[in-house]
Amino acid sequence: MQLLPLRGPVEKLSNVQSLRCKECGRDYPQEPIYVCDYCFGPLEVAYDYDEIAKNISREKIQDGPLTIWRYDQLLPASRDNAINIGAGMTPLLKADNLGKELGLNNLWIKNDAANPTHSFKDRVVSVATTKAVEFEFDTIACASTGNLAGATAAHGAKAGMNTMVFIPADLERGKVLGAAIFGSVVLVNGNYDDVNRLCSELGDDRRWAFVNINMRPYYSEGSKSLGYELAEQLGWHAPEHVIVPVASGSLFTKVYKGLQEFAQLGIIDSVDTKMHIAQPFGCSPVAKAFVEGQTHPKPVVPDTIAKSLAIGSPADGYYSVGIANNTGGSATIVPESEIAEGMKLLAETEGIFTETAGGVVISTLRRLAREGVIGKNEETVALITGTGLKTLEAIENTVTTSTIDATVQSFDEIVMGSVVS
Amino acid sequence: MSVTVKIPTPLRKLTNGETSVATDGATVGAIVESLESSYPGMKERLIDVSGDLRHFVNIYLNGEDVRYLDGLNSAVTDNAELSIVPAVAGGLK
Repeated sequence: MQLLPLRGPVEKLSNVQSLRCKECGRDYPQEPIYVCDYCFGPLEVAYDYDEIAKNISREKIQDGPLTIWRYDQLLPASRDNAINIGAGMTPLLKADNLGKELGLNNLWIKNDAANPTHSFKDRVVSVATTKAVEFEFDTIACASTGNLAGATAAHGAKAGMNTMVFIPADLERGKVLGAAIFGSVVLVNGNYDDVNRLCSELGDDRRWAFVNINMRPYYSEGSKSLGYELAEQLGWHAPEHVIVPVASGSLFTKVYKGLQEFAQLGIIDSVDTKMHIAQPFGCSPVAKAFVEGQTHPKPVVPDTIAKSLAIGSPADGYYSVGIANNTGGSATIVPESEIAEGMKLLAETEGIFTETAGGVVISTLRRLAREGVIGKNEETVALITGTGLKTLEAIENTVTTSTIDATVQSFDEIVMGSVVS
Repeated sequence: MSVTVKIPTPLRKLTNGETSVATDGATVGAIVESLESSYPGMKERLIDVSGDLRHFVNIYLNGEDVRYLDGLNSAVTDNAELSIVPAVAGGLK
């Protein structure tokens, strides 16, 4: 089957030069393409930093909208035609209670569950959808472990596009229904990697915007906004440690890229941030590669309750291992039994209900604190990237509730544990 | 062994736009060689200088990642289907 001709963006952005292969450096025009024709390396947006330096400042950022679009000088799309449902500028909270529990005096939680569809995926999808409209696609699609499905369907609805999201059939109900309310959800018998491969093959013959496939170079840039926000919210500097839940590794690489770009442009003085990988035991190809001193993660078949991290063949795993090594970071493989513990610990200390991926992050943080990898007074940010309300199944055996009759006697007996005489 | 090879978008310039091509060979490596003779330039896109499958290329033999079989030495049966998929899209059966 022949592909329909593709059209380029309607206007040329002054801040973007090209798409560039991350491996061999070949340049490509700004089109809905994602892989180097020559070496199959991933394509990445290449910016004109000299041009950006003329137009960016702390003041201009602060005058911008309270969304990721305040950083549009460093995004491959303009805020003027952004598909925006309010992604970004989520709270950065000083976590003194959790810090006390772990022996850390300078701990922060970046709560990205506060995004419109309750995960960090709104950042990437807002950029991808904006580009999809520019490229005149009428259908937006994705392969998802769940959070991306909701974000894609919601932004597709806002953009007035057809949506078609593909997810593994065994996903949590909250994620399935939370996406299906906005648009078409297709449940695929298989794991995420199967779904992704299906979408890659479907995308070859259909003129659809798959946000994490043919829109991936633009999409992944949205994650840099997390790095920018950390720096801005900490008072214009980079933290000493960032702990990131890793699935494909895209978020991990882009948070660091965001901090680096800010330093390069003089928005912050420097970056000396140690980047820490957090993965669950049932799907830890990236952490395993780091621990074993390998550069390329070996694919695995995922079997974890942290379904949003269940990517066995991580597209940016290689780059994530490199960054963890180059920054003096680490990688932690969290036992499955500690995931719900981590969720409970964060909930009970900070009043934040995170999904399983957040449980992996908090358990990683606890281990790094215990082992002295993170010093007592070192400024540390843990990324919480999604809400627990989408993964209720994970904590069913962790929390307890009481059911009583509507009488004081029943309350005293069952809740207070005493029989009233 | 006669096999069908599914060609991803980035390689279709070499196959004159064909999305799948028929070829033959007893192993995955032999199929890469026969693709090269029909579509010059194919081999260097798939195989790196040390003779291994490029890191950003996945080849699936009847849905199985050949890295989990015997790599380029994986034996191919008659009427098998080979899919070439860019690794950035992930994928593991």
